[in-house]
Amino acid sequence: MTVDLTLVWALLIATAIFLYVVMDGFDLGVGILFPAIREKADRDVMVNTVAPVWDGNETWLILGGGGLFAVFPLAYATLLPALYIPLTLMLLALVFRGVAFEMRFRTVARLARATWDGAFSVGSFVAAFCQGICLGALVQGVRVEARAYAGGWWDWLTPFSLFTGLALVAGYGLLGACWLIWKTEGELQLRAYRLARAFGLVTVIAIAIVSLAMPFLSPAFRARWLTWPTMAFVAPVPLLVCLLGWRLRDALDRRDEVMPFLCGLGLFLLSYVGLGISLFPMIVPPAVTIWDAATHPSSQRFLLVGTVVLLPMVLGYTAYVYWLFRGKVTAGAPGYH
Amino acid sequence: MPSLTLPSAVDLARAQFALTVVWHFLFPAFTIGLASFLAVLEGRWLATGKAVYLDIYRYWLKVFAVAFAMGVVSGLVMSYQFGTNWSVFADRTAPILGPLLGYEVLTAFFLEAGFLGVMLFGLERVGPRLHFLATCLVAFGTLTSAFWILSANSWMQTPAGHVLGPDGRFAPADWWAIIFNPSFPYRFAHTVTGAYLTTAMIVGAVGAWHLLRDGVNPRARVMFSMAMWMAAIVAPAQLVFGDLHGANTYAHQPAKVAAMEGHFETQSRAPALVAGWPDAEAGETRNAIGIPGLASLYLTHDLNGTVRGLKDMPRATWPTNLPLVFWSFRIMVGLGLLMIALGLAALWLRWQGRLYETVWFHRFAVAMGPSGLIAVTAGWTVTETGRQPFTVYGLLRTADSVSPVAAPAVAASLAAFAVVYLAVFGAGIWYLLHLFNQTPHVHESGPPTGVPVRTAGITPAPALDAPHDGASRPALQPAE
Ligand code: HDD
Ligand code: HEM
Ligand code: HEM
Repeated sequence: MTVDLTLVWALLIATAIFLYVVMDGFDLGVGILFPAIREKADRDVMVNTVAPVWDGNETWLILGGGGLFAVFPLAYATLLPALYIPLTLMLLALVFRGVAFEMRFRTVARLARATWDGAFSVGSFVAAFCQGICLGALVQGVRVEARAYAGGWWDWLTPFSLFTGLALVAGYGLLGACWLIWKTEGELQLRAYRLARAFGLVTVIAIAIVSLAMPFLSPAFRARWLTWPTMAFVAPVPLLVCLLGWRLRDALDRRDEVMPFLCGLGLFLLSYVGLGISLFPMIVPPAVTIWDAATHPSSQRFLLVGTVVLLPMVLGYTAYVYWLFRGKVTAGAPGYH
Repeated sequence: MPSLTLPSAVDLARAQFALTVVWHFLFPAFTIGLASFLAVLEGRWLATGKAVYLDIYRYWLKVFAVAFAMGVVSGLVMSYQFGTNWSVFADRTAPILGPLLGYEVLTAFFLEAGFLGVMLFGLERVGPRLHFLATCLVAFGTLTSAFWILSANSWMQTPAGHVLGPDGRFAPADWWAIIFNPSFPYRFAHTVTGAYLTTAMIVGAVGAWHLLRDGVNPRARVMFSMAMWMAAIVAPAQLVFGDLHGANTYAHQPAKVAAMEGHFETQSRAPALVAGWPDAEAGETRNAIGIPGLASLYLTHDLNGTVRGLKDMPRATWPTNLPLVFWSFRIMVGLGLLMIALGLAALWLRWQGRLYETVWFHRFAVAMGPSGLIAVTAGWTVTETGRQPFTVYGLLRTADSVSPVAAPAVAASLAAFAVVYLAVFGAGIWYLLHLFNQTPHVHESGPPTGVPVRTAGITPAPALDAPHDGASRPALQPAE
């Protein structure tokens, strides 16, 4: 039996990117919600809910980038120049945010605090927005000729990519609000319920619009989604999105604490799967497949041997750390900042 | 009016890489050593039960949190930079370098990031022993990270274990030979000791600063003493590693060593130049002042040994910026010699029983605070500009490595990086200096506190209605 290593790797990298999206999603989301919650004590609690885990969350982004470099170098070497501006902005935003995270607790002067709070919030927003833009630009397709990016440096900028940027901001906001519902209590939690409702509504609408637009972006997508028999496999995806949206609303109404977060994760998973269905086996649409982009087989094997052992360990201790910091976070809680 | 011409995209990309990597490395150079220092402190605390170690631990943990965060975000930038600015390089070297960086993420970054949270916030949740384990894992993670990234960098300096395809792409042939390529053991040893020294200089300077204010503060004494032991032992070792490293480079990258030494002619009894100005046009080092025979001695271990000069090598392989390589090398070595002097003076004063009382010495130690960071940066400048004009030495030229991105885009992002880094990391460093200036107290509270409000050991229960000013955080609390 031969295993298609490239396919295994495509699944692994896709998983890493998904884990990044949902994990950093909720912690960027916390920053995105900052403008809606202004009291210092509440903001401290919000940041404290993610303080012990944000660094680990961001490491999945490094794995996503590093993984592409290691296993699909052609994708890395064409997408990154194509997305030069939004990626650079995203990195700068994450720099702001990461440092603001540490600094906002340490400044006493009011102005300095407000500045770091602003940096944290704007950084989170811009990072999310740029990630969404990258997603939209990827879906729209990237011109590759002779193993190199062949487009200009503004090609990524379209109404569609701007829209996906905002959509991702809304989605992360939803995850952030659901996370806060889970991790906080009292007045702050009540407000998180309200925010989750608003962001949830926007997210579901955005998913619908993007889904409707997808078939018009390329004939390949249209073929996937609108022709029989592939349609039979993909049709459940939108249905499940509706179902989950309804479930989310219901959970929020019933003041459920964990369910909203799970619904949020579900919405992301479904959108991600829908995207996968549209793109597969392209890694740089419209023309580069995962097999075109894959690295040397020896490199794939060499890294896979270690990954098989190390990734479960990473997941194990990541879960342990989350478990360790389980429970509600309250103002002046011990152990945190 | 003269028209403004933009530098080429290659030069801009080089400048951007240099800027971002130098900023990045300032933080790991400090945190690699600091993580190990923290592990030693916590270990001593557990072994001896002396509170002074825990206090020092907590004092430096706050520093660590900030420095580490800056290391992480600046490192994240680096891992995307290969693709944004050096996509041809990325495409061609990925089969070799990709897995090395992949292993770095899987073995090191996750470990550090995962247990950092426990280290910073978990003492009261997991208890001292598990917490010590977390500290050790973070320290181990920083060293593992250095292992992989230096393996990758060393492969670019002294490539081995690969085959070069007709399309210019590298393919792996022997992973062992790739990872343990010829310059790697030397570079690893020299860089890790460099990081330890960097930390020793900073810790020593902070200790000395507080001794100048209050010569009996036991925490300042202990940290100062530990740092001075480190300097006394590691600084001489660094000289030895550096010498071995240089001999290795001489074998594999003779043009780089010739540039470091400022040698144009091949000669026996080659002098070690103390000063001068290498001039590639003129083909000589102007105003050279040197010690005859010394370079032959340390490069060939024979006073009459023959040392190759630049003119012995094709002009197209000369490093492109000779004065930069030459002078950076002198800055590094000069600071190394000063560190050795500091270490020896500390031994002498300790023997005399005056280590904590000698004011001039404390001032010297304070002045040496940034010396490690400067030496490390200078050393990397030697290594990396000395590798020019190649990215993979002898095999892939820098000019052929760059992304097909228009120069204005690179220029704009370079400007953005310069401004943002200066503002954000500048503020971070400013804050670190502010932390250094705070006296290490008894019952240092955990990271980060505003004002130290409690001096007694009794921990009030956190009240929900307490003023939320971030100040009244209890230091040690039992699990909920
Ligand atoms: C605290 C830091 C520090 C100190 C005091 C020194 N070095 Fe160093 N040096 C480094 C930190 C460093 C470094 C940052 O770690 C470098 C850059 C890349 C590398 O491999 O190590 C380096 C590079 C480097 C190289 C270049 C090797 C190459 O590019 O292939 C040589 C020959 C030396 N060193 C030799 C020395 C000598 C003879 C020293 C005398 C005391 C010395 N270094 C002190
Ligand atoms: C260990 C990991 C490292 C890798 C893989 C790496 C790789 C590279 C690459 C790809 C370039 C751009 C191409 C070139 O100009 O040659 C470069 C340039 C440069 N790097 Fe490194 N580097 C590493 C570490 C460092 C560190 C830690 C420093 C300094 C603190 C440094 C300083 C520089 C400088 C100054 C340049 C510009 C050299 C020039 O263009 O003249 N590098 N490096
Ligand atoms: C171009 C080269 C480099 C790249 C792409 C790179 C990448 C990164 C990344 C992504 C991180 C964040 C990891 C985290 O989330 O914990 C990081 C941190 C780190 N890097 Fe680098 N790095 C480079 C150069 C170096 C060099 C030359 C060294 C050491 C010799 C080094 C040592 C470290 C260490 C010890 C950390 C963790 C500690 C800290 O963040 O302060 N890096 N690096």
